[in-house]
Amino acid sequence: MPDIAPPRDAADALQAAMPDALLDSHGFRDETTLIVPPAQVVDVCRFLRDTPGLVFNFLSDISAVDYWPELDRPERFGICYHLLSMLYGRRLRVKIFVAEDKAEAPTMTSVWPGANWLEREIFDLMGIRFSGHPDMRRVLMPADWDGHPHRRDYPLGYEQVQFSFNAEEIMKHKPFAKE
Amino acid sequence: MAVVETPTGAPEAYRWEGNIEELRGLVSERAFTGETMLLNMGPHHPSTHGVLRVLLELDGEQIVNAVPDVGFLHTGIEKTIESKTYEKGVTATDRMDYLSPLSNNMAFCLAVEKLVDLDVPPRAQLIRVICLELQRIASHMVWLGTHAIDLGAMSVLLYAFREREKVLDMLEMLSGQRMMGSYFRPGGVWRDITSDFKPTLVKFLGEFPRAVEDYQRLLEKNPIWVDRTQGVGVIEPERALAWGMTGPALRGSGVNWDLRKSMPYSGYEDFAFTVPLGEHGDVYDRFMCRILELWESMKILHQALERLEDRGPFRSDDRKFVPPPRSELGQSMEAVIHHFKLWTSGFDAPDEEVFAAVESPRGEIGCYLHGTGGNMPRRVHFKTPSFMHISSLPLLTQGHFIADLVAIIGSVDIVLGDCDR
Repeated sequence: MPDIAPPRDAADALQAAMPDALLDSHGFRDETTLIVPPAQVVDVCRFLRDTPGLVFNFLSDISAVDYWPELDRPERFGICYHLLSMLYGRRLRVKIFVAEDKAEAPTMTSVWPGANWLEREIFDLMGIRFSGHPDMRRVLMPADWDGHPHRRDYPLGYEQVQFSFNAEEIMKHKPFAKE
Repeated sequence: MAVVETPTGAPEAYRWEGNIEELRGLVSERAFTGETMLLNMGPHHPSTHGVLRVLLELDGEQIVNAVPDVGFLHTGIEKTIESKTYEKGVTATDRMDYLSPLSNNMAFCLAVEKLVDLDVPPRAQLIRVICLELQRIASHMVWLGTHAIDLGAMSVLLYAFREREKVLDMLEMLSGQRMMGSYFRPGGVWRDITSDFKPTLVKFLGEFPRAVEDYQRLLEKNPIWVDRTQGVGVIEPERALAWGMTGPALRGSGVNWDLRKSMPYSGYEDFAFTVPLGEHGDVYDRFMCRILELWESMKILHQALERLEDRGPFRSDDRKFVPPPRSELGQSMEAVIHHFKLWTSGFDAPDEEVFAAVESPRGEIGCYLHGTGGNMPRRVHFKTPSFMHISSLPLLTQGHFIADLVAIIGSVDIVLGDCDR
């Protein structure tokens, strides 16, 4: 059994190694969130993965969140990288904020190839592009779909109820998938 | 549509009108010269376990490239939950992974309980563990049956579904529904166990070991089964981790990671069980991991049954989050107010974010939940194991035959509802 370095606090370790990469850290319940600048998120994640005492070796999830209409955060979109350290059995959230007019973030596929589809999903549903991504196509919605459904300003959409007297009229205007 | 014969002989209805240039980068250059063949498998192929389309690039019968195409079952469940109160959101989560709805419920409820800081009484946690393990058995039964029938072992399907039916009957006793019960609610479970639940579970635990022994006898040393599965779809532990694989698909490669053991939730730390591990990371090892998990689930169920008292609290009595029992409504004005508030507007949660993960039969289901300060979430995101597993399908299948693809899809146990959400 090789010696295992004692666990370190992720925020402290990051502050010591990359002082300009840590904008803020935030604790809620028993979870820690590190807010980092988008340009450095790949380096930060690689640091968190490879540093003894941290070893966040597993990417659990990438989620995007839209702060419209309150817009009470630094930028409209947030992207959360949920990292997991299997060695120490703890989780960490690394978060970046992305502006609406330039909705783009660097891809994480060079650190974890499994980020591929998670980023495609965010592009598909939230409309944030990932620069350097090997395969930036829609994944869940049809390729010719307009808009990004998980944005908060995208309407939920309701179907008109069809009765026998107006069934054909409503049928004419239904947005079926185009062939 | 009339079928018109074209000069090449292919009926017009089947002629592909897409632009082959769209595939550049997805398949190798040899496909454009006609050296390799492109073939669509699915979305209506029975062994894709739902509506998965895989675009295969084939050299003879060997797979050069596999490009999975998903989204046929995308129903916008996450978007739907954004316009529902937290308690109503539970019903939508049922419909994601329709073979183990309770695991989805669990992930969502854990996230909600974390967000509003709500405690669940130990007895409710115990009931949840029993349900989750029953659900795991039911889900593994479907996996076993369909996996076996994909590889030509017809009879296993019928036996496996026979046992699954017994489990679903028990879940029906609890929630009134065989599959989409929404039995778990934030703060506990919907209602107490019924009086006939425990005897039925005891009877089931008496019968089930024989059934698992039967399945093992049918397949474990079956030469055809062994030939079709050993050395097929091998994935090394490092690559499995890098590609985000979890659950039995990861443990088949020998990585000892089970959230029930490593990061326990809902009182799993109080149960004695082992985590079965594979060694080679092939289809056979993943198969064995799941079969052995059935035995571990039974161990947990035995222990839980011993501790389960017939009566007791089954949900939190924090009235700000959990509706009062019906019987209180006649006597208490407070109860009426709470009841009215909870069923009209629900409860408020802070404008914060949490992440909760559970070990579903397929792997890690992660639920990211962001509140608004109001009664509906700002964002819910489910990271589902099937989504990650399908994304790593190209790795698993490269160099294998089409027939092996069927074995591999079966062995990672994908559910397309889980993938597409």
